[in-house]
Amino acid sequence: MDELFKLPVLLGILYSGIRLATPYLFAAVGETFAQRSGVLNLGVEGIMLMGAYSGFYVGMKSGNVWLGLLAAALVGILMGLLMSVISITMQAEQGISGIGLHLFGLGLSSLLFKTTLGSVESINGFKPVRIPILADIPYVGEVLFNHNLLVYAAFLLVPLSAWFLSKTTFGLKIRAVGQNPQAADTLGVNVIAVRYFCVCLGGMLAGIAGASLSIALINLFQENMTNGMGFIAVALVYFGGWKPYGVLAGALLFSFVNAFQLWVQVLGIKIPSDFAIMMPYVLTILALAFATKRAQQPAALTKPFERGEN
Amino acid sequence: MKSTLSRMLALVMLVAILAAGCAPAAATPAPEAVSTVFKVAIVMPSSITDMAFSQSMFEGLKKVQAEMGGESAMEIAYSENLFKVPDAAAAIRDYADKGYNLVIAHGSQYGTSLEQVAPDFPNTAFAWGTSVDTFQASGINNVFAYQAEAQQGGYVLGTIAALMSKTGIIGETGPVDAGDAKLYIEGFQKGAEAAKPGTTVSVTYTGSFSDVSLMATAAETHIAAGADMLTGSSQSVVGAIGVAKDKGVYWFGTQWDQTSLAPEAVLASQVYDWSGIIKDMIDSVQKGVMGGKAYTLTFKNGGLVISYNSAITVPAEVKAAADAAIAGINDGTIVP
Amino acid sequence: MADRAGVKRVVNRTVEALLPLLAVPVAFLIGAVMLAALGANPLEAYGAMLQGAFGDKSGITQTLVKATPLLLVGLGVCIAFRGGVINIGGEGQIIIGALGATALSIGFRDMPGWFLLPMSLIIGALAGAVWGGIPGVLKAKLGVNEILSTVMMNAIAVQFSNYLLRGPMIDPKEIEQGTRIAQSALLPKSVWLTRLVPQTLLHSGAILALILAVLVYIFLWRTTIGYRIRAVGLNRDAARYAGIRVPFYQALALILGGGFAGLAGAVEVMGVQHRMMENLASGYGFSGIVAALFGSLHPLGSIPASVLFGGLLVGADKMQRAVQVPSSLIDALLGLVVLFVVGSQIWSRWRARRRETHG
Repeated sequence: MDELFKLPVLLGILYSGIRLATPYLFAAVGETFAQRSGVLNLGVEGIMLMGAYSGFYVGMKSGNVWLGLLAAALVGILMGLLMSVISITMQAEQGISGIGLHLFGLGLSSLLFKTTLGSVESINGFKPVRIPILADIPYVGEVLFNHNLLVYAAFLLVPLSAWFLSKTTFGLKIRAVGQNPQAADTLGVNVIAVRYFCVCLGGMLAGIAGASLSIALINLFQENMTNGMGFIAVALVYFGGWKPYGVLAGALLFSFVNAFQLWVQVLGIKIPSDFAIMMPYVLTILALAFATKRAQQPAALTKPFERGEN
Repeated sequence: MKSTLSRMLALVMLVAILAAGCAPAAATPAPEAVSTVFKVAIVMPSSITDMAFSQSMFEGLKKVQAEMGGESAMEIAYSENLFKVPDAAAAIRDYADKGYNLVIAHGSQYGTSLEQVAPDFPNTAFAWGTSVDTFQASGINNVFAYQAEAQQGGYVLGTIAALMSKTGIIGETGPVDAGDAKLYIEGFQKGAEAAKPGTTVSVTYTGSFSDVSLMATAAETHIAAGADMLTGSSQSVVGAIGVAKDKGVYWFGTQWDQTSLAPEAVLASQVYDWSGIIKDMIDSVQKGVMGGKAYTLTFKNGGLVISYNSAITVPAEVKAAADAAIAGINDGTIVP
Repeated sequence: MADRAGVKRVVNRTVEALLPLLAVPVAFLIGAVMLAALGANPLEAYGAMLQGAFGDKSGITQTLVKATPLLLVGLGVCIAFRGGVINIGGEGQIIIGALGATALSIGFRDMPGWFLLPMSLIIGALAGAVWGGIPGVLKAKLGVNEILSTVMMNAIAVQFSNYLLRGPMIDPKEIEQGTRIAQSALLPKSVWLTRLVPQTLLHSGAILALILAVLVYIFLWRTTIGYRIRAVGLNRDAARYAGIRVPFYQALALILGGGFAGLAGAVEVMGVQHRMMENLASGYGFSGIVAALFGSLHPLGSIPASVLFGGLLVGADKMQRAVQVPSSLIDALLGLVVLFVVGSQIWSRWRARRRETHG
């Protein structure tokens, strides 16, 4: 066990954990906005897949990863718009519309992949950007400050979103809409518009989350490559108590433990690999059960809004 | 509202059943004119573009098709991503029902279903793998079985990796510690340790056949632990290959030639060439033998091929050691 | 006059019931465009789909085989949703239920069938109930959100199953032959559920599911416990005020939900596969939610909804084979159908409300 607590191992965990956490951060922070406004979007996984595909396809065909990122963001917004129409305007049961959106994204991204690409190929994605001075800090510098831009963006998104939600008027409106839409409505807030904005913003970030895999971290597209990450991202929103910093804590915990369990296997520590793989899931539940303070969920979460009710 | 919905659903069903009852003729295909086209159908658990297990078989079929003279001589129908066994069972039965001459169930998990379907279609030949059981013990004579001796190629690639490694550390990463992946990974380990005693081979599993991201992280972890040679099994390894490329270490592929993904990093691959087996099965069926044979892909019968990447120079003595390993496996002096 | 009002009511109700159906053709129309783009004839494709799901003996039985686990999972979803909790842990609970039934029936293979078969079903249900109960208790005692815990428990169940199927529970034949496929030995024949139609997979689990649907209806609407679960789901605060122990009944709803999913797993191994293997659950845990919601979260409504959704799944696969399009088209199409159907329920809701307000 001692060998696990050596410097190279700890630095390795730090490095891999940061990379693993990146897609979760984009997707889960985006979902935080949607849920804060009162909409549960279970379709994050499907949006991520569409984002991953479109980011990769446009990035490869144009030779410009920025265009790929833009495409992923736009497709994410479109998927968010679809979710909004069904769940907000049509007031559909949100649990089920999300599952429909997931299936749609899963199927469409694979179908497009099959018809436009046909085989797995790799791409030259976003390159690591070394931040001068900071990256020269002994030991941790290279690990923390030599990543691609999307990794930095994911981590910057957290304080930005926290500030936006808690300090700006628009953030206040979002929270009001998720907490008590009728009251917000009487105060002149356009509940429907705020919810559309938040779900589309969540969709955009989920699309970018997918692109962070296909054009920045793994640099290829394969069918169903997110493999359940979207659902974990939704779970992380609950873990984080609908706060960006809480989401960050959850994403880091999950990712660090995942990186840790791989080291446990690499170093040949004798436990069955299946139990090692379980660790992040078990610890996330335990951490929420015993270590953190529980937040109240937005009171109007999953409840459709209609003017003049109550 | 609640009860009307359920009533509505009952109504839909009724309509659907009626409609189906009224219009079955439209959907049943007209009886085919008697022709010499050999019809093969294949049912697969993953996608034909998975760069691994399913793709190797599909490309094998296409190769045979080309050799036989294209679509006019051999027809291929496929159903992919059927990881749900009941769906695969329905597909197997359906293809048999439609008169396909050979129906391939390309997944060991399909065995139980095949054992139930095959007796109902004595004039159809079935094949399944990876397995060695043709069900002859239960009185079924129209099933072929096939499997790959994944450990053979693993052994040879392990030999190459150990001799090429500068750090003496090799990383292997698989999906689940079972089946074909387990055979390959254990063979690789054996080969590496035999070629250069003292080589460290560490193994990780991600617990999933499709978790590309965790597979990439596993590769990162191996590299951080000092590995400069990596290998792995399943369709999710594409993630690890990307990491190998970025970090400048070598990758060894299995099941399918993975060179195209990273020409600068994939040093060699064990390729499953099923075409020989497929041809033999088709020959048998045309002669009226519908099953009963168990095939294995080995170096000896040409079913396993080590495909080197021409863009990377492998020292002659390493290639010689690999050839010696193949020879040893073929004459039985080496048991991977 | 009374007659005319009666006719009007019937017409109104029928129109409301049929409105969401208008959405299905829209979804299929989009599907038709995609099919045509892939070079397939949409009419031929949809013909094959309908024929495949309901057109003949093989289609209907396959549909019912699919509908069975959907209905069982759906019943659990009904109870959970009625209790105001969302159970998306069906996948994991199916796996654990199947493992429980497999372990018991293989471990005690010499026991007589009349005892072993019901015991295997019960153990399967109990195992699922434990797996669903963990999130239930965590929610009741520690306030852990059930969406988080059930998502995580799904992943844990998969790994636990991987561990058992490649180690303690692997078929000894797999080690003998050196193929090492992660699957259990065949279950003893004494626990195989009776095949209802020869040469098809339709098994007696379908009847069990039907009976249970009626029992769940009675349980939810005719018993005190059922009433309390619904009261908690309808209005938590009112229920608390009425002296109902809200956390207890929410945990109970999750436990029961898990039990039904576990039973679905047991029925699936004992009726269809006859052995435990990887990917046994794949998708039923989620499709069951869709089936239950299509059935308006009513146990009896879930019956036609499961058959319909099962038929959609079976027919879609048939269509793939008939016109040879990539199977991913099917997922996209199913997603559209789900989106359009849930989205369009608003029309019938609007009409219903207008009728109420305008008499």
